[in-house]
Amino acid sequence: MTIAVASGKGGTGKTLIATSLALVLQDAGSVEFLDCDVEEPNAHLFLKPHIEAKEAVEIPVPLVDDAKCTCCGRCAEVCEFNAIAVLKDAVMVFSELCHGCTACWVLCPEEAIRPTGREVGVAESGWSGPIGFHHGWLRVGEAMSPPLIRAVKARARPADFVVIDSPPGTSCPVVESVRDADVVVLVTEPTPFGLNDLVLAVDMVEALGRTAGIVINRAGIGDGQVNDFCRSRNLPILLEIPFDRRIAEAYSRGEPLVGAFPEYRPRFRELGRALQSMVKP
Amino acid sequence: MKQLVVISGKGGTGKTTVVGSFAALAERPVLADCDVDAADLHLLLSPDIREESDFAGPLNPVIDGNQCTGCGLCVEKCAFGALAPADTAEGGCATRPAPRLDEIACEGCALCSRVCPAEAIQMRRVIAGRWFVSDTRFGPLVHARLGVAQENSGKLVTLVRSKAAEIAEQRGAPWLLVDGAPGIGCPVIASLAGASAVLIVTEPTLSGKSDMSRVARLAAHFQIPALVCVNKWDINEGITEEIEAEAKAGGYRVVGRVPYDPAVPRSIVEGVPLVESDDGPAAQAIRALWHTVAAATAAL
Repeated sequence: MTIAVASGKGGTGKTLIATSLALVLQDAGSVEFLDCDVEEPNAHLFLKPHIEAKEAVEIPVPLVDDAKCTCCGRCAEVCEFNAIAVLKDAVMVFSELCHGCTACWVLCPEEAIRPTGREVGVAESGWSGPIGFHHGWLRVGEAMSPPLIRAVKARARPADFVVIDSPPGTSCPVVESVRDADVVVLVTEPTPFGLNDLVLAVDMVEALGRTAGIVINRAGIGDGQVNDFCRSRNLPILLEIPFDRRIAEAYSRGEPLVGAFPEYRPRFRELGRALQSMVKP
Repeated sequence: MKQLVVISGKGGTGKTTVVGSFAALAERPVLADCDVDAADLHLLLSPDIREESDFAGPLNPVIDGNQCTGCGLCVEKCAFGALAPADTAEGGCATRPAPRLDEIACEGCALCSRVCPAEAIQMRRVIAGRWFVSDTRFGPLVHARLGVAQENSGKLVTLVRSKAAEIAEQRGAPWLLVDGAPGIGCPVIASLAGASAVLIVTEPTLSGKSDMSRVARLAAHFQIPALVCVNKWDINEGITEEIEAEAKAGGYRVVGRVPYDPAVPRSIVEGVPLVESDDGPAAQAIRALWHTVAAATAAL
């Protein structure tokens, strides 16, 4: 089963939850961990994987053969992303705007365009003990993360549990990370910011036809509105972690929660069981 | 007019808390919430919405089932796997039915519509969100709400940022304060256009340190001067020092530290900027931070 850990708001504790969940699930079956936050990957700081494989991930972008090109302008006309401009006697490609849709080379009447690669980042795989670990590093300056997220997901081997640590937000990178999950864990904090962004995340998960369960982190710092919202929408609160400065300090050093505080192991095992029961037909 | 963009790399480090207080401290600011995925600044500024508009997002194909011959060329050509042959098992239809569209996978490139020999595919623009111009007691705020599971957040960020810049120019406002998104991808890059400086708000964790370093490289990539501040610095003083040393070595100016303070979540619950609700350690540190940031940005 695939479990995606997401949140609307950033910094609510996605990586804290995902890494500890993976560490207890390894006792129940094989686990693959995918850190899909390719803009700012952090799970490796907690799981400390031994990286064994590395792959540059590219998307196809146009390369114009000046000898064949007649500067007819068709490529610029069919590009919806303004990635090609045709001048009187030259074609300019703005490769960083290209989405790799292939329209320009498919439709060039002179067959003067062929694809070349633009590196969007690097995907890496390895092992954290028995846990298969995969993550990606978006090239700094690159805007488009979904192709790299797809590449990270494609590296997962079949396993009893696939745990996905998703990026924050509610738009394309998050959608790409959670769209195939059997269940989505939404991590929030009990403040008006947490609530506002949780509502957006719940709407996103529902629009994708997925099932969501809630984890409230730093319980006690704010108010009760997140709990009220979950009750009103029939969203199960699967785990509440109280605010505790010692947890924040252990997190700061890259110590997994269930490693620094073994008393949390039974609660994460319970979280794993609750998630399994949510996906049973 | 100086445009200060507050970013962080890592989410949840306190960008909006800082921008909310800067709004109260700056002289006649214009404000822009460029975290359109998960916009929160309005929760501190009690905006009165003055104007609102649809955000025209990407194109989506609409397939006319009567004209479609089911030839499958669009399915074959789509680079994003967004079109799939319809399930022929059901209905016992005599002709092959039109393909099904996966709206989430579709990037709106329109190649399907251009290659369709039956001209059965029209592209239609999707309304992908709303954007707002509001009044607040500190100055105008431009903000937005991206539609559920929509893409093109970079374009919406550009719309919000440029509208706010236009208002700032018109009013001769000395400051445009921009609340950015987490990460280093498309919405963050879009929020950096026209920036005089960025303020990176980070936290003293290994995650915060790694993410600060990547987002600082992003600012350098676009040749924008970066200022660095560590929030909740006392959670791990050793890592705070490492972050500050790394920032200095990279040529970024360290402009302040803000301590952990339970008054911060309390001010969020109250729905007001921290410096208006409290005068404790974090509020005082943010006041000092604003003076340093304002002077450093003005001197650029």
